[in-house]
Amino acid sequence: MLTVPLSHSLVLGAILFSISVVGIFLNRKNVIILLMAIELMLLAVNLNFVAFSHHLGDMAGQVFVFFILTVAAAESAIGLAILVLLFRNVGSIDVEDLAKLKG
Amino acid sequence: MTFANAVWYLFAAILVFAALRVITVKNPVHAALWLVLSFFSAAAIWLMLGAEFLAIALVLVYVGAVMVRFLFVIMMLDVDFDDLRRHFKSYIPVGATVGGLVLVEMILVVVAGAKDAAGGGSLPAGSNTKALGRLLYVDYVYPFELAAVLLLIAIVAAIALTWRRRKDTRRQDPGEQVKVKRGDRVRLIAMPAEKRER
Repeated sequence: MLTVPLSHSLVLGAILFSISVVGIFLNRKNVIILLMAIELMLLAVNLNFVAFSHHLGDMAGQVFVFFILTVAAAESAIGLAILVLLFRNVGSIDVEDLAKLKG
Repeated sequence: MTFANAVWYLFAAILVFAALRVITVKNPVHAALWLVLSFFSAAAIWLMLGAEFLAIALVLVYVGAVMVRFLFVIMMLDVDFDDLRRHFKSYIPVGATVGGLVLVEMILVVVAGAKDAAGGGSLPAGSNTKALGRLLYVDYVYPFELAAVLLLIAIVAAIALTWRRRKDTRRQDPGEQVKVKRGDRVRLIAMPAEKRER
């Protein structure tokens, strides 16, 4: 029987979220790793939802995780499509090279 | 500590380690593979927390589809990834500061609010998939339809963004072929008969 307290699940989610925040800072030039860090962030949020669903005995939390997964899949699909387009037009995926709209 | 709890903490440790590797590893292909490991560990944790359907969906959708797409894109693009890591070390102080602050703040909130969060009941016994499906198709059917529309939009957007018309291929245009008139193809000209030259 699993008796992990809710706060441990929430702390795990917080650790995961902060790791992805640090990842966004460290890899701020590489758009691919940025997208991966965003996926990790969404995973941390989903972990909180599942933990609360388990703790409160409410299935609604799992429904919300379902919707977040849907939106995350759509987001990464469009993000990667934009990335491919960007590489085709600019020849680089460096965030610093994305200053064309600066005017 | 029961065996289940020990397994839970083991998976949590693997998850944190894999997440750390995702953001620090040099090669993006390796980062994607570490991300696969972290999704697997998260799926195991969800399984232990009673979200069986979501755990399987996470493995199938994320590990099976999204990560393969990431690997596709990484391998398709000819990018010099070492060049993108030039200033990697110089971002560590600010990144660690902000990340540490975020972590401390969130843990403080969790610890301060822990005594209020009394445990409610337990998840319904029996099939998790059945309970989730009933909730999804009865109470949340309208958001479910919206999610389906969102996925359709994502498909159309991804194809429309990356689709390109190639100039060097010869292609048929059936519309033009159907629309063609006799006058477009045959030209009758009136001219006097020419004399034979000798």
